[in-house]
Amino acid sequence: MTQPILQLENVHTYIEQYHILQGITFDVAENGFTVIVGRNGAGKTTTLRTIIGLWQAKSGTVKLRGQEIQGQATSEIARAGVAYVPENMGIFGDLSVRENMILAARRGKFDTDRLEWIFGLFPPIKKFWNLAAGNLSGGQKQMLAIARAIIEPSDLLLIDEPTKGIAPAIIEDMIDAFLELKRMQTTILLVEQNFSFAAALGDDVVVIDDGQVVHRGAMDTLSSNPDLQQQYLGLALNE
Amino acid sequence: MNRQDISETAISIGSTTNLLKRDWLPIMIVIAAALIALAFVGSPSIWLTLTLAGLAMGMMVFIVASGLTLIFGLMDVLNFGHGAFVTVGAYLAYAVLTMMTGLTVADNLLLNVLALIAVVVVAAVGAGLLGWIFERIIVRRVYGDHLKQILITMGGMIVIEQVVMMIWGSQEKLIQLPTSLRGAFVMGDAVVEKYRLLVVVFGSVLFLAMYFSLSHTRIGLLIRAGVEDAEMIQALGYRIRRLFVGLFVVGSGLAGFGGVMWVFYRGTLTADIGGELMILAFIVIIMGGLGSITGCFISAILVSVVANYVAFLVPEMAMTSTIILLVAVISWRPRGLFPLTKR
Repeated sequence: MTQPILQLENVHTYIEQYHILQGITFDVAENGFTVIVGRNGAGKTTTLRTIIGLWQAKSGTVKLRGQEIQGQATSEIARAGVAYVPENMGIFGDLSVRENMILAARRGKFDTDRLEWIFGLFPPIKKFWNLAAGNLSGGQKQMLAIARAIIEPSDLLLIDEPTKGIAPAIIEDMIDAFLELKRMQTTILLVEQNFSFAAALGDDVVVIDDGQVVHRGAMDTLSSNPDLQQQYLGLALNE
Repeated sequence: MNRQDISETAISIGSTTNLLKRDWLPIMIVIAAALIALAFVGSPSIWLTLTLAGLAMGMMVFIVASGLTLIFGLMDVLNFGHGAFVTVGAYLAYAVLTMMTGLTVADNLLLNVLALIAVVVVAAVGAGLLGWIFERIIVRRVYGDHLKQILITMGGMIVIEQVVMMIWGSQEKLIQLPTSLRGAFVMGDAVVEKYRLLVVVFGSVLFLAMYFSLSHTRIGLLIRAGVEDAEMIQALGYRIRRLFVGLFVVGSGLAGFGGVMWVFYRGTLTADIGGELMILAFIVIIMGGLGSITGCFISAILVSVVANYVAFLVPEMAMTSTIILLVAVISWRPRGLFPLTKR
């Protein structure tokens, strides 16, 4: 079995007085594609924000390659090899596409081959290279957000709801891009509400409800079982 | 775009936005205000004198407010103690001038300029150093809490002003410009004070330097990005606290520089000198758009020249004009002339 790159053990996170994560436990396998699904308000985004350190867990452990990262500053977790695409994409709209990418290349220069690879994955990045990022469409901004997260190699890529508000045609392109990332053995932890999208990509799935993990296992098991989908998500893929 | 193009564009940082696509409307408003004032004032020489005086005042407000807008925009810190750094800058200027009387009274432009440079450097470095201590001891504890920021930074300013009075006394001090900077140029019927001209040059150079730094350096990119989304900057692996501290020190140093410019303009020095400009500074950064250096520069000029014209035409409306201008701008563009943040 592949060694997990990320381990969450009994993680509790509060936002002000609200107890959002109530003992989250799961692993993310290295080179795998793990998807977190669940209803609105289940705690999916909070889980990602807790991993990247934007919210601090009150108790529990978060380990990256066996090293505790819980309690560390977000910048240190990012430097340890975790890339993050937030739900709002975090695009710097006043900066050009190029400047957004320059900031993501923390070493100060691009790996030209990697940049060409990204241009192949997301052609609009090349096309609008010098345009202010605020002028991009929603789908193009999402591409830029992901491009920014992969411009430098990372151990783990956290992505929060990339299909939210995105046109179906762009979602198809995004599936192709994620399949390419999978082929490159990028370890991805994706939060997604679009179960079809999640099922097309995920190796493993974690279902969160009311701040707790209610199911985890192979994505195939959940995507092929309408009863399980109904039970955990209140929907069935083939309905 | 071929590989060579990509590589070259990638390593050079610089704003590539087409100048024609920039938002020129706020600048046009300043020009329109000046032209309308010319029609009402009638005399071109009086108009020129009023305009230059307004520009000089605007530059002083800009120098003080430029650091404040970055601190507010990037760090979301309401530093009501910013005026303390203006005060400290002004008193350090007084202290250095007292020690360098020989250079300032000499009828020699070079010696006078040397003295002025020494005064500015000591004031800016001293205020910056105090800013570093202020951030470490006071501001650091109240990140994210505006009410506590207002209370504790105002408290900090009061303490600093009291310490200044303990060191230099509470009596009003007289400050004189270096000899070569006194007096005025006469251009036809217009009288243009040398010092006001110097302030306009200083303010313009500072604006261009800040604009260039923000658009053509990596640290500038980080600041601009941080103003938009500080959280994302951290998620990209940047230690934003270090950027915060650095920016706070620079902002405080600029306030110290502003203190020097203001005290020479004012001619007298008291411990409350810093507080005088703060209301205008806050109006200017709100009007310009939090975190926007261009917005701060344009709104400082707009507020100051309009106040000057109105003071000449309808003296009793001078103060009111600034508030009317603020209300008009915020009604038109609620996030300021050049909005950067979502606040």
